[in-house]
Amino acid sequence: MFLINCPYCGERDQSEFSAGGEAHIVRPKQPTELSDGQWAEFLFMRKNIKGVQLERWNHAHGCRKWFNMVRDTSNDKIHAVYKMGEKPPIK
Amino acid sequence: MSKNLRIANSKFIDQTSRISFKFDGKTLYGFKGDTLASALLANDIHLVGRSFKYHRPRGIMSCGSEEPNAIVQLGNDPSMTEPNTRATEIELYEGLEASSQNCWPSVNFDIGAVNNFFSPLIPAAFYYKTFMWPANFWKLYEYFIRKSAGLGKSPTQPDKDIYDHRYIHCDVLIVGGGISGVMAAKTAAKNNLNTVLIDDKNILGGTTLFQQNESFKINNSYSNDWLKKEIESLNSLKNLTIKTRTSLAAYHGYNYLLARENLTDHLNINEKKDKIRQRLWKIRAEKVIIATGAIERPLIFNNNDRPGIILSSSIKKYIDYYGVKCGQKISLFTNNDSAYETAISLNNSGVIVNSVVDIRDKTNSLMVKQAEKLGIKIHWKSTVVNTNGYKKINSIEIMKLSDDGVAVIGKKIKEECDCLGISGGWTPRVHLFTQSGGKLKFRDEDNVFIPDKSELNQISIGSCNGDFELDEVIKNSLNSTNKFLNVDNNDYKNLEIISSKEIDKKNIWLLPSDKPMGKTKPFLDFQNDSTANDIKLALREGFKSIEHVKRYTTTGMATDQGKLSNMHALGIIAETAGVKMGELGTTTFRPPYTPLTFGAIVGRNVGEFFDITRKTPIHDCHVEKKAEFENVGQWKRAWYYPKKNEDMHDAVQRESKAARDSAGILDASTLGKIDIQGSDASEFLNRVYTNAWSKLEIGKCRYGLMLNEDGMVYDDGVTTRLGENHYLMTTTTGGAANVLSKLEDYLQTEWPELDVYLTSVTDQYATVSICGPNSKKILSKIIPDLNLSDDEFPHMSYKNGLIDNIKCRVMRISFTGEHSYEINIQSSYGKSVWEKCFEAGKEFNITPYGTETMHLLRAEKGFIIAGQDTDGTMTPVDLQMNWIVSKKKFDFIGKRSLYRSDTIREDRKQLVGLLTDDPKEVLEEGAQIVAETNKKPIEMLGHVTSSYYSPNLKKSIALAVVKNGKKLKGQKMFVPMKNKTINVTITDTVFLDKENKRLNA
Repeated sequence: MFLINCPYCGERDQSEFSAGGEAHIVRPKQPTELSDGQWAEFLFMRKNIKGVQLERWNHAHGCRKWFNMVRDTSNDKIHAVYKMGEKPPIK
Repeated sequence: MSKNLRIANSKFIDQTSRISFKFDGKTLYGFKGDTLASALLANDIHLVGRSFKYHRPRGIMSCGSEEPNAIVQLGNDPSMTEPNTRATEIELYEGLEASSQNCWPSVNFDIGAVNNFFSPLIPAAFYYKTFMWPANFWKLYEYFIRKSAGLGKSPTQPDKDIYDHRYIHCDVLIVGGGISGVMAAKTAAKNNLNTVLIDDKNILGGTTLFQQNESFKINNSYSNDWLKKEIESLNSLKNLTIKTRTSLAAYHGYNYLLARENLTDHLNINEKKDKIRQRLWKIRAEKVIIATGAIERPLIFNNNDRPGIILSSSIKKYIDYYGVKCGQKISLFTNNDSAYETAISLNNSGVIVNSVVDIRDKTNSLMVKQAEKLGIKIHWKSTVVNTNGYKKINSIEIMKLSDDGVAVIGKKIKEECDCLGISGGWTPRVHLFTQSGGKLKFRDEDNVFIPDKSELNQISIGSCNGDFELDEVIKNSLNSTNKFLNVDNNDYKNLEIISSKEIDKKNIWLLPSDKPMGKTKPFLDFQNDSTANDIKLALREGFKSIEHVKRYTTTGMATDQGKLSNMHALGIIAETAGVKMGELGTTTFRPPYTPLTFGAIVGRNVGEFFDITRKTPIHDCHVEKKAEFENVGQWKRAWYYPKKNEDMHDAVQRESKAARDSAGILDASTLGKIDIQGSDASEFLNRVYTNAWSKLEIGKCRYGLMLNEDGMVYDDGVTTRLGENHYLMTTTTGGAANVLSKLEDYLQTEWPELDVYLTSVTDQYATVSICGPNSKKILSKIIPDLNLSDDEFPHMSYKNGLIDNIKCRVMRISFTGEHSYEINIQSSYGKSVWEKCFEAGKEFNITPYGTETMHLLRAEKGFIIAGQDTDGTMTPVDLQMNWIVSKKKFDFIGKRSLYRSDTIREDRKQLVGLLTDDPKEVLEEGAQIVAETNKKPIEMLGHVTSSYYSPNLKKSIALAVVKNGKKLKGQKMFVPMKNKTINVTITDTVFLDKENKRLNA
């Protein structure tokens, strides 16, 4: 079980959080102008990499804030957490 | 049984306190400090079980958690009996009752033992191969296989014991209280680190605790005496918590560990009473030191499984610790020095040691010399080729090994014995290290896997790290501990250590016999009965991966997880396949290290504490009215209110009729309520609902449909505009929490520019819904000064009101199609408003109705229930609700998906009404709908989603989703059931009051 450093509350047990999938997938501003293919790319396509991945997490049983995380899926190491709207600190 | 197998002078057994216990129904005696295994051995009972496949007699083989054979059923109370416990780990208490498993009718006479004679016919994967055909016979086979194979009986009644969970947060956790663990704990605690030391035994000390031998000395004391003083010195350390009888079950990432502490398992039934049985510790440690020691390996030779064949180090523990002789004429068989330590201990306790059979050519270590000096006979460069004795070993056959070790030569010597100690070297207990994600490396010189790299803040010390000699253990443990903890402790500087050194090493994974391979039984996995020959067969049949061989032969898959067998399996595979062991890799060790009880896993979360139960503020009124309840998410909702002799059908028919004929009352408090405020609230609603919200006047209500981004209906409900920038949204009961999370997600991540605040107010308001033609009259009695005229207070609007000076909000909205009001009031007044409505409605026969009637009434009107008539594959268009999808709005969640090639298909499943030809026939929800019955395979066109008998229409009605249903109105369809086929006609979804006249009645 991870120890997650919520950017608003500090270090908390993983059981307080829920994972929200890949980060930095921006909802298109004008969906109606997209082709079926482009919309499907946004809607369905998600990476699932072995290695460093950018993820969305929610402190669901805490401050309820969403934030982003840089996590290595091969060893579960969390390299960084950062607030929504911020750029990933490491790539 | 007259043999005296107990020696007089064990320091660890209290020979003044005799304890009686029962094994297989027979009363026996042991002492305080015994394990079940040591007490059985003291009673000369070796035979404790039968093997899994061949039902061969099996005896106690070890003294710890690695035990494969002595697996017993503990107790016979149907709520407390525990299967698959290891006799070697059960501490003896007065009144203990245990029995053998896997034998029928008894361990001494087992019918399944005929399998042993047929064993050439039961090769590896016999069951897989034989019972695959014919496939539909499996049901029959399974019954007999399970009957003859079963490992113990599970309890049949709820567990009466109490279990517990607690947390530990510490600087350093040390797992294992042997010599290296004790030294590490002292070092850590002395350096002001908050330290926890756990050990699965009842006292600390590990094997050094009873190592009293000239060849092992520290500062001129025997190693055990020295360690004893060290353990005593721990008591004065303030930063140290010691937990014995605590077994580490799992080691997860981020140094999160689970340990099970046994609190009462060693106590008698009176002492156990009302106490917590086991506690699961959830540990988060900054640093972890693993000091779990090593497991002695068996040797793999013909008939190596007879009762009386015991690991050599266990024989030593039984004599030195428990004061129990495993036999009176003991032979030893080894490939290393440890068996000599056992020989010396036995000799010192007056047990006859026949000889030591050693596969090595000759060696001159301190310990071997010591044994030779005592006159112990040694067969150098020899192997045991066979053992004899059915229920207990009575002799061994010894032959010389050829120079290359693959054959035996010369004359066979027969040696009588009543016990054989075997030692195949040592395997570091790396289980926890690998559980935590650590990678192992293979050390060729003594064929061991030892810890290599780990991502976590941890180290392994002592023999679990591959240090087997006393001086190495101490020196290396100290160095690594100091470095790891970044301390410089002086307690252990300049220790003078005498330690016998093993000079010569030799290993043969599968020892040769004078018989051909097919005629021998060299067991590898004692519990699952797989032999070295099975492994070789699997390889001949083409299996290569260790994981495949393991599953095919079931080696290492028993309850002991192959603690004794895995290394030999790997060794034999590597040898046969001609690859290096280090390249072969190992199988994966998974938690728990030893089996955990379900009780310990669930702790206090049982019964009513398993999940939260939510009750509305009006709950007591429903109980008073004898309502039956249904679970909706975590909520208890009144389902129906049966009167005397009424069943559910009768009650629902009565309630439904009353609600339409006069007045009904419903507790709607469970509906999710979200308070939405902020200058962008209207814009926010525009984006989350499919319809338009900007023009909704203050004081008006509107129904909204919420989609997922994929265009599928997610939730629905009525939202009321309370003010310019203030809305109250209602959601479905089950969807409330998810809707709030989803809306928060969009607000925080997609539209942070919107000025909107969401607050859940579900629990803050009670909602009483009154409906029916007399609802208006009832409300006017409760809030007389409210103008209820249709002009002033029309359908889909809201008013503030006062009930006894308490503010409330009244919404004129309807889920039944009747003239209807919902009164929202602060939760604490919910009950009194409900009672008030009742009182006011008495003259109109106001009838409380539950969720079932609510569902029936709305179905008569064709209103959907999100989650019942929709299932995550329905768009609003599929529901024939195009009217609620705004064409003008630029965007809303899910809008673009409504124009995907798949969602615009004409022949999607669409919501329709169904009427049965026989109006009395009520369809089953979930029943399939087909267009023709004689063609096979029949195409399933859809299914029934809601179905009721309507007392108001006096006929059966149903909602269904049917492929291309919109175009099939008026068509005949069939609903095939088990015994009959029901004829139905597709109709409109609205069955009652199509003109909505009743809303204003």
